Amino acid sequence: MTETLEAGTVIVGAGPAGIAAACGLGEAGEDVLIVDEGPRSGGQIWRHRPGSGPPKAAQAWLARLSATQVRVRHNLTVVDARPDGTLLGESEAGPVEIRGSRVILATGARELFLPFPGWTLPGVIGVGAAQALVKSGAELRNLEVVLAGSGPLLLPVASLLASQGARVGLIGEQAPLGEVLGFGAGLWRAPGKILEAMRYRSRSLGARYQTGVWAVAAHGDDRVREVVLTDGRRTWTRRCDLLCCSYGLVPNVELARWLGCEIDNGRVVTDEVQQTNQAGFFCVGETTGIGGAELSLVEGEIAAAHISGLAEALPPLEKRRALWRRFSKSLEKAFRPRRELAERVQPETTICRCEDVTCENLDPEWCIRQAKLYTRLGMGPCQGRVCGPAVHYLYGWASDSVRPPLKPCRLATLSER
Amino acid sequence: MPVVTICINGTDREVEEGISVAAALVNADVWQFRTAVGGEPRAPICAMGICFECRVTIDGRPHRRSCMESCRQGMEVVTGD
Amino acid sequence: MPNSSPDVVVVGAGIVGAACAYYMARDGLQVSLLEAGFAGGGTTAVGMGHIAVMDESAAQFALTAYSRRLWAELAGQFGSQWENDTCGTLWVAADEEELAHVPAKAAVYREHGVTVNELSAAEVAEAEPELRSGLAGGLQIPDDRVIYPPAATRWLVEQAVDAGVDLREGCTVRRLASGENGVVTDQGTLTTAHVVNASGARAAHLTPQLPIEPRKGHLVITDRYPGFCRHQLVEMGYLNSAHTLTAESVAFNVQPRRTRQLLIGSSRELVGWDRNINHRIVGAMLRRAQEFMPRLADLYALRVWVGFRPAVADHLPLIGRWPLEEGLWIAAGHEGLGITMALATGRLLSDQIAGRTSEIDPLPYDPSRILS
Repeated sequence: MTETLEAGTVIVGAGPAGIAAACGLGEAGEDVLIVDEGPRSGGQIWRHRPGSGPPKAAQAWLARLSATQVRVRHNLTVVDARPDGTLLGESEAGPVEIRGSRVILATGARELFLPFPGWTLPGVIGVGAAQALVKSGAELRNLEVVLAGSGPLLLPVASLLASQGARVGLIGEQAPLGEVLGFGAGLWRAPGKILEAMRYRSRSLGARYQTGVWAVAAHGDDRVREVVLTDGRRTWTRRCDLLCCSYGLVPNVELARWLGCEIDNGRVVTDEVQQTNQAGFFCVGETTGIGGAELSLVEGEIAAAHISGLAEALPPLEKRRALWRRFSKSLEKAFRPRRELAERVQPETTICRCEDVTCENLDPEWCIRQAKLYTRLGMGPCQGRVCGPAVHYLYGWASDSVRPPLKPCRLATLSER
Repeated sequence: MPVVTICINGTDREVEEGISVAAALVNADVWQFRTAVGGEPRAPICAMGICFECRVTIDGRPHRRSCMESCRQGMEVVTGD
Repeated sequence: MPNSSPDVVVVGAGIVGAACAYYMARDGLQVSLLEAGFAGGGTTAVGMGHIAVMDESAAQFALTAYSRRLWAELAGQFGSQWENDTCGTLWVAADEEELAHVPAKAAVYREHGVTVNELSAAEVAEAEPELRSGLAGGLQIPDDRVIYPPAATRWLVEQAVDAGVDLREGCTVRRLASGENGVVTDQGTLTTAHVVNASGARAAHLTPQLPIEPRKGHLVITDRYPGFCRHQLVEMGYLNSAHTLTAESVAFNVQPRRTRQLLIGSSRELVGWDRNINHRIVGAMLRRAQEFMPRLADLYALRVWVGFRPAVADHLPLIGRWPLEEGLWIAAGHEGLGITMALATGRLLSDQIAGRTSEIDPLPYDPSRILS
C-alpha cells in the first residue's frame, strides 16, 4: 500500500539549501515538507555524530526550523517522478507518493573522483568522505593519513582527522601555488572565509600543506599501504593507511534532469528567483553550481522569499548571492583539476568501479552511449555517478540521459498500481 | 553514549548506537566491504550513499549501503559479497 | 577511398543488418553497411538477447531453430563480453489448462530434433526454487541461450569490416533506391544493384509500404543476485500476450544474465513512438512477475527502459525481395525475435542475392506475401 504525502511545498534534500528554504517558508506560514535520503538533517556539510550536536553554523538554522511547522521525513529516497509532477519515493516501509503544489530541489552535490592506478584499494576515499565517515562515527585514530586532492575542504578535513587522533602526514593540493594564492587574495571579498582558512592552517595540525602536488598511484594489498606523489618534477612514496583523494564537487542533477529541467555544464539552470524552466520546480544549493554552504543558504532564502511573496526581502539576499557566486567562480577557477590528473590512467586502471571496466576496454572515439552499451560502463548500481564525471574529464563524454529509478529501489516500489 | 551490540561476520561487537554501519566496520578494522566483479576487495570511496561500494548484507538482505544505515541492537552484518 | 558503387548497400547496422553484411562479405561481395547512429545501438541494444526456438507457427519454428543452430556454430568464437549463457528456457504452465498444451508442444520440438524436457510441478520447483508453489509444470528447452546483443553485433561488424565491408556510422540515409537513383545519404550517394533495408522498427520510414509498426516494450534490470534464477523463465500465457496486436499486455518473462542480474519483462503496447516510460504498465508487468516469483519484490531495480520491436501483423519477419522496387531487399520486422533470427536472416538473404538454395524454405518470409 502506497503512503501519500502532500504539502504546499515539497523540498527534496535537508542540507543547508533545503533547510534555509524551509525556514523562510515555514516562518511565512507556508505548508512545507522536506524529504531526505539520510537519517538526519544537515546534508553533507552539517553532518554530525548521533550523540554530538550539529556544527555551530547549523545550530541556529536547525533551531529556526524546529520552531516552524515544517515536516521532515528522513530515510526517504526519491526514485522517480510521474508526468504530473508527483514524486515517487521509497522508505523502509515501502513506496511513498509525494505531492507538492511546488517542489524545491536541494539535492546537493557529490565528490569528483578521478581514476588513477590503485584508486579502488580499500582505504582510498574522498576528502569529504573522510569527513562523512568520522561524522557518522568512524574512529580513525592512529591511522597514517595522506590527503591528496583539491579545494578548501582539504584543510578542515585534515584538521578534523587530526583532532580524532589520526596522523596526517601530508595535505597535498593539486592546484598550483599561484592559483591558491590568487584564490586566497580574492577572499577579501568574503572576509569570513579568511578567518576560516587561517584557523585551519594552525600548526597544531602538524602536517605539511603543499600546493602543486598530486597522487599518481596507490599501492597495497587488501588495502592501501602507500601512495606515490609527485609535484611534476620529483616523485616520492609515502606510507599511508588512508588516502583521501577527491577533486571538488559535482552537482547531483539527476532528479532535475529527469524532471526535464534545463541542465547547463552539469548544473541546473535557474532564474533570478531560483526557478527552473519547469513550472513549479525550483532549485537551490550546490545543484545549481558549487559554491559552499553560504551560497546554498542564500539561494534557499531567495526561493522562500519569492514563493512567500516577500519581494522586499529579495534585494539584500540577491546581493549576498552575487557575492557568493563570485566566490564560487573563483573557487572553480583556482581548483580546477589539472591536466596531469588525466595522464595518470594506465590501460589496466579501473574506470567504472561497479562493472570493472578498465581504461583499455574503452575507445576514446566512442560516444558515451557506445561506451555504456559495449562495456556496461555506468550501468551498475551507482548509475554512473562515480564514473560519469570521470569519463567526462578523461574523454569529454557528457552524461546526458537518466533512467528511473533515480537510485536503486526495490521492485515492490515500482509495482504499485 | 548508548551502546548496542551488533554482529559483524559472526563476531559480536559493541558499538555506539546510531553510528553508521560503515563506521562500525571501519572501527572494527574491516576494510573489505564487498568483492568487485573481478574479485578484488572493495570499500567505500564516497561514504555518502553514492558509490555503492559500501554494500553489505544486513539482517539477511543483500546490497544494503552500510554508510546509509545506522547501527541497531542485534543487527547482523555480513561483508564480502 | 570508400567505394560509392558497392555490390550491396545494407541500411541499418543492428544485429540483423550486421548479420547480412557478415554473410554477404563471406560471399565475396563488396558491401557498404550504413548506420545512422552506431552499430548495435538501436532496438538491438534494448532487448533481452534471448535466443529461443519458438513454435507459434511452423515457419517461426523453422527460422528460429535454424538460426539457433547458427548461433551455436559460432559459439566457439564468442568472447566473454558476449555474456553467452546456455541457460535454456523454461516455459512455465501456471495451471492445468496451460499444462495441457505441453505434450503437443513437446512433440513439435522433438519432431524437428530440438531437445526438450517436460517437467512436472515438482521438477519445476526443483529447477527454479524462487517460483511460487502451485504451478502446474513446464517445458524446458535446454539449448536455448542468452547473449549480450551489442557485443555480438560489434563482433559481426568487426568480422565484416575485416572481410572488406565499408562500415559508415553516423551516416543517415535519406532515400533508398537501387540503380542510378542510388541510396542518398547525408554523406553522399551510393549506387548499387542491391539495397537491403535492415533498419528495423523504422524500416517503413525508408520503404513506406512496409507494414512494420513499433511495438513498445519495457524492461527492468536488477542488481546481482547469484542463484535467484537459472533459466530464462517465460509463462506459457506469453504466447497470448505476443499474439494480440492491438491490446496492451504484459507477461511474465525473467532472464538471468551472466552477470547474475535479472532482466524482467515483458510488455507490449502500440502507441507509436512514445518513448516515455509508462509507469502503469511497468507496475502491471512487475506485479505479473511477482505472481510467479514473489521474492522479486525485495530485489533492487537499477534501471527501467523502453524499446520498440519492429512488428508485422502475421508475426513473421520480411526477408527477401521487395516486389515494388527493383533491387530492393527487406530484412526487417522481427518483432521480439530479432536476436534469435538475425543469423538465419543474414544467411537467407545472402543466399537469395547469391542465387543459392537456402537450408530452409524462404517462402514464408517473402515480403510479397504482404501485398497479396
